[in-house]
Amino acid sequence: MSTELTGALPVYRLRPSRRWVSLGLGELWDYRELLYFLVWREIKVRYKQTALGVAWAVIQPVFTMIVFSLIFGRLAHLPSDGAPYPVFTFAALLPWQLFSYALTESSNSVVTNQRVITKVYFPRLILPLASVCVGLADFLISFAVLMAMMAYFGIRPTEAAWTLPLWVLLTVLTALSVGLWLSALNVRYRDIKYAVPFLTNIWMYATPVAYSLSIIPPAWRRLYALNPMVGVVQAFRWALLGQSRSPGSAVAISAAAVLVLLMSGLVYFRRTEQTFADVV
Amino acid sequence: MALAIRAEGLGKRFRVGPSVPYGSLRESLTAAFTSPGRLFARAARGGSTRDDRIWALFDLSFEVSHGEVVGLVGRNGSGKSTLLKILSRITEPTAGWAEVHGRIGSLLEVGTGFHPELTGRENVFVNGAILGMRRAEIVRRFDEIVAFAEVQRFIDTPVKHYSSGMQMRLAFAVAAHLEPEILLVDEVLAVGDVAFQRKCLGKMDDVSRKGRTVLFVSHQMNQIRRLCGRTIWLEGGRVVRIGPTAEVASAYEASFMDTAMAAEQVGHSPGAAFLTWTLGDGAGPCHALDTFGRVTARFTLRVDRAIHGGRHGIALYDAEGRVMWGSQIDDVHLEPGLHEVVYHIDSLPLKPGPYRWHVSIFGPDRFINNLDCVPEMSVITTPLGHRRDEYAGLLNLPHTVLIRRAAATNPGADDRPAAAEPAAPAAALQ
Repeated sequence: MSTELTGALPVYRLRPSRRWVSLGLGELWDYRELLYFLVWREIKVRYKQTALGVAWAVIQPVFTMIVFSLIFGRLAHLPSDGAPYPVFTFAALLPWQLFSYALTESSNSVVTNQRVITKVYFPRLILPLASVCVGLADFLISFAVLMAMMAYFGIRPTEAAWTLPLWVLLTVLTALSVGLWLSALNVRYRDIKYAVPFLTNIWMYATPVAYSLSIIPPAWRRLYALNPMVGVVQAFRWALLGQSRSPGSAVAISAAAVLVLLMSGLVYFRRTEQTFADVV
Repeated sequence: MALAIRAEGLGKRFRVGPSVPYGSLRESLTAAFTSPGRLFARAARGGSTRDDRIWALFDLSFEVSHGEVVGLVGRNGSGKSTLLKILSRITEPTAGWAEVHGRIGSLLEVGTGFHPELTGRENVFVNGAILGMRRAEIVRRFDEIVAFAEVQRFIDTPVKHYSSGMQMRLAFAVAAHLEPEILLVDEVLAVGDVAFQRKCLGKMDDVSRKGRTVLFVSHQMNQIRRLCGRTIWLEGGRVVRIGPTAEVASAYEASFMDTAMAAEQVGHSPGAAFLTWTLGDGAGPCHALDTFGRVTARFTLRVDRAIHGGRHGIALYDAEGRVMWGSQIDDVHLEPGLHEVVYHIDSLPLKPGPYRWHVSIFGPDRFINNLDCVPEMSVITTPLGHRRDEYAGLLNLPHTVLIRRAAATNPGADDRPAAAEPAAPAAALQ
């Protein structure tokens, strides 16, 4: 499928897809307004339908933080590298919640929109992309909560805090890369829907959200950082709380892992999206 | 004329049968581990074997010029929807290719993406974006859309509080204001009550007359005849016929007739036989009726044995087997030889479509011969009745309408008390 311009009219060639397709990112740009409206719709609906509305974006991470502080901080006495444990864990919960929301929603995005998919054409990539962006709204709200907590504990953000947008981007890309794989697989295998909550659960324990990276034996840290969320969490703690040295190597390994996942996810998604409408 | 759509050998194969609708994950995982390289190829192909597949569309080739309105007819499951889906890029062809010059807008279903929690206004924007409209375009046409849907007062109410009719009206209004170069339309779009349906169909008339390229699926043959210059008839995923609407539509309708009747050739006796029939002056075979004026129908009858005191009957059936007209003459005397039975009819104002003449000849005491005349008579006059078949009736009457004030002859006007008169117009305005 390709688009070209002859005179004023675009020409679309419809034919069976060949082995390799372009990623179609240019077309994605043409549909940016649709992306905007889909994100806008989700955010609106999310806060309209729930009784507590925006409060959910605060309640979820705050309660998780309280539970973690009691169990892992007070009872298990896990080290928090010098910072008060609640702030220590909240700084990690922030990207984690963004990641798990974005991953869950994007994995289901194509299947949820099956009615639209079988009736209208648009680049299907818009769907997981929109789900991921929706998570950012909640993120901004809980970020404000973290700022308040840090003020309460008298912690000033470090100068490295300006790098935060970069780490948010890394979080989003991580979620998107996995979400691309899962949303495409979900069309064919509905098992994915049941596997995702389970996956995020396990994944959280494989990520230093409730504990510190320092309890991992140094020999294993390289391998451990293949989990992209390890790099993300380390970067957040570094940028906000100024903990330890810069997380350079962990972030580099994680970013590389994301890149591989993202590219393969994009290719797989583009390869299978042609048949979404037939299979879903 | 510049080309708008060109299809060459277009085909689409689907898998069918009771097999697992969503392939088993275990199977695929096993396959992925034993030969990981095949994962991508398998997934893209659809991951199924060849034997459980059918061609929903097969070897379809056609061209549509810019500004042409083309009808698409065929029974359910004939591949019409599949074709529209391929052209609108929802699904990909399995074989062949198509070329589309210009932006395509498809109205295959209305209201896709409507969310009950959002207001009418919000849904117009989201739905418009999904259908491919730009934000600026929606803003520009917003008032028009809302007015068309007749929901001005409720535009800021969540659509979950709308009646289903209101939802459909709003959804159609958005879709109807889409302005791509090429429009694919499925007739299910005519929604709501009769008044709104008329509005929808009127809108489609407008669209097709504005020089837009339209591919139009409908079961309303009257509408196809009215709007479409050419028509494609599909059956079982294959083209039966492509050509001028008058011909294709009649042939399509006649295909229903073949199965419905023509079973009546019973008990022929030797002695006489109807052979052929034609319209007009008899100079050459003609079976198409294109006039509201005088019609001549000729039937050839070969008589082998003289008939005395016989009877001759004639009947005209429509595609559904209803008798349009019938007549009989008694006391017929015929000598052996070739005869022509000629009917002069002053006017035959039938709705366009296929009709079948049925002629018969009887002896004084027994049935001799009858003929279901083939080919059928195609009435190809311009449709003058209602756009929807069910309201158009059986006839196609040339007419004029004049609506005028009947002030001078209003009977009852003098009886009314004078005081009531000023109140009446005011009440009518509300």
